[in-house]
Amino acid sequence: MLRTWRQRIELTDILVWGIGISIGVVVIVGTIATLKSGKYSTATWLDLGIKGLALGGVYALIAMGYTLVYGILRMINFAHSEVFMSGPFTAVFLANALARSGFLNKQPVVSLILLLALSMGVSMTIALLLERIAYRPLRAAPRLVPLITAIGASFFLQYTFRGLYGSGFQTYPIPTILQGNITFGQIRLFNTQIVAILGALAMMLILYGIVQWTKIGKAMRAVSEDKEVAALMGIDVDRIIAVTFALGGASAGAAGILYALLFPVVNFFMGFIPGIKAFTAAVLGGIGNVAGAFLGAIIIGLIESVGPLLFLDGLGVPTPSQLKDAIAFTILVFILIFRPTGILGERLAQAKA
Amino acid sequence: MSKKAFALLSLLVAASMILAACQPAATPTAEETAPPPPEETEVMTEEPTEPPVEETLMPTEPPPAAFECTDEIGCVDIAPGEPVHIAYLLVVAGPNESLGVDSRNGIEIAIEDVGGEILGHPIQFDGEDGGCGAETGQAAGTKLSADPSIVAVVGTSCSSEARVAVPLMADAGFVVVSPSNTAPDLTAPGSENNYVPAYARTAHNDNLQGRIAAEYAFNELGVTTAATIHDGSLYADQLQQVFAARFQELGGTITAQEAVDPNQTDMSAVLTSIAAGTPELIYFPIFLPAGGFIVRQAKQTPGLEETILMGADGLFSPDVTEAAGDDVEGFKVSSPAIAGDAYAAFLEKYKAKFGTDPISIFHAHAYDAFMIIVNAIESVAVQDEDGTLHIPRQALRDAVTNTTGYQGLIGSLTCNETIEPIKYPGDCSASGIGVYEYHAGEYPPELIWTSGE
Amino acid sequence: MKTKPPSPWKQAIQAGLIGGAIAVLLSLVGMVAAFGERFIVSGWFTMGQVLFLAPILLLSYRGVRRIVERSSWIILLSGMLSGLIGSAFLAALFLIGQLINLRAMFVNASPQLYELLTFGKDVIPGILTLLVVGMAMGGFAAGVSILPTRLRSAIIQALLLVVLVGLLRDLISTVIAQWVVKGKVFPAWVQWANSVILFLSDFTKRQVFAASGLRPQSAIVLFALIGGWMYWGATKPRPAAQSGALNKRQPYKRILMFSGVVIIILLLPLVLGIFFAEILDNVGLYILMGLGLNIVVGFAGLLDLGYVAFYAIGAYTMGVLTSPELGFYNMSYWQALPIAMVASILAGLLLGLPVLKMRGDYLAIVTLGFGEIVRLLALSDWLRPWLGGTQGIQRIAQPRIGGMVLNTQQELYYLFLVGIAIVAFIAWRLKDSRVGRAWMALREDEDVAKAMGINHVTTKLLAFATGALFSGIAGTIFAAKLQSVYPHSMNFLVSINVLSLIIIGGMGSIPGVFVGALALVAAPDLLREFAEYRYLAYGAVLVAMMLTRPEGLWPEERRRLELHEEKELLFAKEPAGPIEEEFKEELTPTSSASG
Repeated sequence: MLRTWRQRIELTDILVWGIGISIGVVVIVGTIATLKSGKYSTATWLDLGIKGLALGGVYALIAMGYTLVYGILRMINFAHSEVFMSGPFTAVFLANALARSGFLNKQPVVSLILLLALSMGVSMTIALLLERIAYRPLRAAPRLVPLITAIGASFFLQYTFRGLYGSGFQTYPIPTILQGNITFGQIRLFNTQIVAILGALAMMLILYGIVQWTKIGKAMRAVSEDKEVAALMGIDVDRIIAVTFALGGASAGAAGILYALLFPVVNFFMGFIPGIKAFTAAVLGGIGNVAGAFLGAIIIGLIESVGPLLFLDGLGVPTPSQLKDAIAFTILVFILIFRPTGILGERLAQAKA
Repeated sequence: MSKKAFALLSLLVAASMILAACQPAATPTAEETAPPPPEETEVMTEEPTEPPVEETLMPTEPPPAAFECTDEIGCVDIAPGEPVHIAYLLVVAGPNESLGVDSRNGIEIAIEDVGGEILGHPIQFDGEDGGCGAETGQAAGTKLSADPSIVAVVGTSCSSEARVAVPLMADAGFVVVSPSNTAPDLTAPGSENNYVPAYARTAHNDNLQGRIAAEYAFNELGVTTAATIHDGSLYADQLQQVFAARFQELGGTITAQEAVDPNQTDMSAVLTSIAAGTPELIYFPIFLPAGGFIVRQAKQTPGLEETILMGADGLFSPDVTEAAGDDVEGFKVSSPAIAGDAYAAFLEKYKAKFGTDPISIFHAHAYDAFMIIVNAIESVAVQDEDGTLHIPRQALRDAVTNTTGYQGLIGSLTCNETIEPIKYPGDCSASGIGVYEYHAGEYPPELIWTSGE
Repeated sequence: MKTKPPSPWKQAIQAGLIGGAIAVLLSLVGMVAAFGERFIVSGWFTMGQVLFLAPILLLSYRGVRRIVERSSWIILLSGMLSGLIGSAFLAALFLIGQLINLRAMFVNASPQLYELLTFGKDVIPGILTLLVVGMAMGGFAAGVSILPTRLRSAIIQALLLVVLVGLLRDLISTVIAQWVVKGKVFPAWVQWANSVILFLSDFTKRQVFAASGLRPQSAIVLFALIGGWMYWGATKPRPAAQSGALNKRQPYKRILMFSGVVIIILLLPLVLGIFFAEILDNVGLYILMGLGLNIVVGFAGLLDLGYVAFYAIGAYTMGVLTSPELGFYNMSYWQALPIAMVASILAGLLLGLPVLKMRGDYLAIVTLGFGEIVRLLALSDWLRPWLGGTQGIQRIAQPRIGGMVLNTQQELYYLFLVGIAIVAFIAWRLKDSRVGRAWMALREDEDVAKAMGINHVTTKLLAFATGALFSGIAGTIFAAKLQSVYPHSMNFLVSINVLSLIIIGGMGSIPGVFVGALALVAAPDLLREFAEYRYLAYGAVLVAMMLTRPEGLWPEERRRLELHEEKELLFAKEPAGPIEEEFKEELTPTSSASG
């Protein structure tokens, strides 16, 4: 048995495992050191944790787009981060108009619904256009081509929106009812965070429901299983793919409004980093897997919030929050080294390279 | 385009190259190591030449001989009717464009105020975008330095541009006056990046603003512990370093020096980390939108609810009140304090011409920079009888850097004064720095303190 | 597939809708207003107007081509209809803009835009003009499509060239003006040539061009000249001896051409002056990086989005080793160069290790992450004592040869030239070597390659290492050129720049890298307005190229055949003839049924 082991493991595997283990060691040592130093109180960690949960909820909604599209087309929709950005960046003008007329504060629920509708609508439209123009003609092309198209589309959308709405940023007005917080003992929840978490949960349940229990969801799962056979079974593959993109887009649009509640400043560049983090989340949970995307997103949100202080502060690294994004990327590499199929495993047939 | 068209085009280009290559090597534009020869060689007469006189309007003696350039760098000769070419190297495109566009607007008003001409010659004002970075600054500086008709340049906007572009323009003989460079090393004696007298600036030295902020915090507000945050930009980093140094000199303690990413939205980690040190004041001389997020989220971070928040002129903008909402109440910023009737009149003209309030803060500095150049040109230029203008370059530089007591919009400007460590030759400005306080829903913030001159 | 040809009117409406939407988009994004200052034909139309009329024109043309009808009148009318609909969109935009303040949301819906849309006229005549012009464009497109191929291609090419010449007015007159020799004492023949050139320069400046753009008369004359030349040039039969055999049967001609090109390249910076040398330096930088990424993406098919990391490592290594500021070492450029090269190779291996087993998409994201990590580390306060942090590293040494320091743009140009020559040579030899073929096998199908005995580990690592090496070299020259290095320059956009240029030039094709670099680096420098919309254009061009011509502008032969398999089967390696032109549409993959 030893011989077969030695045959299967090469030098590079050992080196790669070495990299992974050293990352793990750094994380553990740092965590222990930080907690031992007792610099931060439990209330602080709880606070950060809740922030992470709220952020994670938002990432989960964005990750839905990535995971659904990957399940069906086996490709990363690079431009999804711009689909995410387009919704809130457009809806902010409506929000400001509502705030100016006072409607926002008089009828916050209705306003929120209006904003959600607009944001989801715009994101859906962008996603559908993307599919129709950039991806559909390239279904049969070699791997690299749609990937590059996606990158090109991402840049195109980013700079188009920059041209349309300007390179500056816009601020979301927060309705008075959502300003403020509730405290239970050590735990402090901001109203916006509550809305974000609940909203994310609700959307996730709806999406999960659609995918698992409706006919369209069944068709989506069939197409992601095997396109040709599904077509033979009478499923209109093009329409289903379009529906998938639409769902992903709507989900991203909703995520955008929730994100705007948490961080009320939007600009054309806001989608880039959250997009990458959401993708990391999707991979972490298992790409193609809806529940996995949710789980992965929560974990990523928590790590992002709590990570810089927890891992690096104890090691004496100055300004750890500058390296926040580096931590997220490192986690990605870490997962891909040790468990490339993600925590909940992929729900796909074995894909070719 | 078909291969034929392509071939035709490349043939044309190639032909032009070959023809140009057949020249003797005496092309003016290729020379930048040797001082540029005069623009148009004039016919030298054998008449005895007299030293150039300042005013040649009323020849009381036999007509003075043609001007002979004795300047060490060279002279710009401007024929009658030809324009005086003053260029700009500012950030007029991209995310930081408000900085450069605002400065350029100030200069355009200055041009109007002088009637569009200097000594009877029209002013030609154009320039390049500096991109607020070293490589873009180099490209722009190269382009400008290749044009020997330029007399002076107003620029650069960012200090990182200046470090690469100013040497190029200095080699080309120009005099460069910056409206918004603040990095100390550009005028510090002995510094590698010091190109005075080819360079001067009307903006204050970072040493000034950082020190004043620290002194205000320690002396006026009475805080003894502070933390700083920068955003990875050279400007913010420089300022917070000066602040921290001065604060500690005065006897205060710096509890933390943190950094964020300029596009960062979630400041909880950095604010929590700072809260652990319980500082009484946080100084973050950064820009939007990060600054807005910090103001907002600081109030939500346990331990920082009462902490005084202070920023710098990067956060002196109407967008701050929007970005921070009601949390902006009590937020202080330091910024050049400009006042006076002349400035009020300037603001009126700005609004009338451009339709908005000034979009950044260095418009007045740019106005003054331009006026210093104009005054210098008027004092050293030699005008021939027929109206040809000769501007000796080295003399122009000396005139600019010897400007004393010029009453500009921002105050009284003197360019060769030394006040350690806030002012060296080349630093023309000594405008006061003021501290402003924001109130919710109001802009501009209220001036609550000035440093005085 | 299509069962019944759609009615010409539906085609026209569809074309009009799409064309109009694109035109409105271009207007709202601000491109129209930005280019609106530049006249193509002075007094007639500006580049901005070209930009909003072009989509209408092109879409009408495309719509008309799909019509199967033979009747010229119907074709003309449907063309005019699509043109009308397209310009109706723009008119609607204008009208809405008059009623409500669009600028609160769309920052570029400016008065300048409206002026351009209405051709400078008042509301009613402006809208009418717009509609009429739109109809005319549509009709023109329809008319051109009816014409015989020769005439059509002649007109199209002449039109494009006229627009190009008008656009590049500044460049052309500057280059011509540079010929004029200043000075007094020269031999007579130079004087004579000089006066000819002066005359030409004057003529060009005053007669051919106006203050901005071409004069109307000269535009017409130019159009006629070029059109005629194209037309009659196309009638000459192309002897087989000319097309490919130039290389083989006439070695003398080839050597002559080659040496001519070499001489031109060597003399370029001296001739063109310091500003063009600066542009050429930047082009050279991107060529070096492009050659490296070309190996990783083009040969080996590994999509690396974090290429800027190696660039940064090369530049920073050079900085840390040669700058007296940080106080570690004080080497010279040449001493530090091999160390920087080794550092880049190690970085390439380090990146390659974890991604060996990853699929293409994951590989892209991980390399992206790697690029960002390197940038964040260079920027961080944590590593400031070693890497300079925000303030970067200054006073980096410049290369010395003998007693001379290479510090001007022209001198550095030659350094670039030498670097590019060496690197291109290595790349070229690698391409045809065993390693190169192993890369291409991996690119096509990894499992089969492994089954054929190719060691994917060493092959992939070699690709990364070589790519990293070339990029690191580029980084060192960059650091020397600026004499400083800041972390802000090492961002994701640089990677995208390099990726775009190799894709547009042609993946896997070495001449393609040169073409791509010239197109993408020189263009924004020459057309200032374009610099604002650079990435928008890159994105659009990338998508368009992947949809229509994925092998790039100067493709590698193998790639071109792979990507157009259907064509290869029908026409074996012949230059595109008239038959292929006709069937081009049918052959481009647009059908969705294969999904």
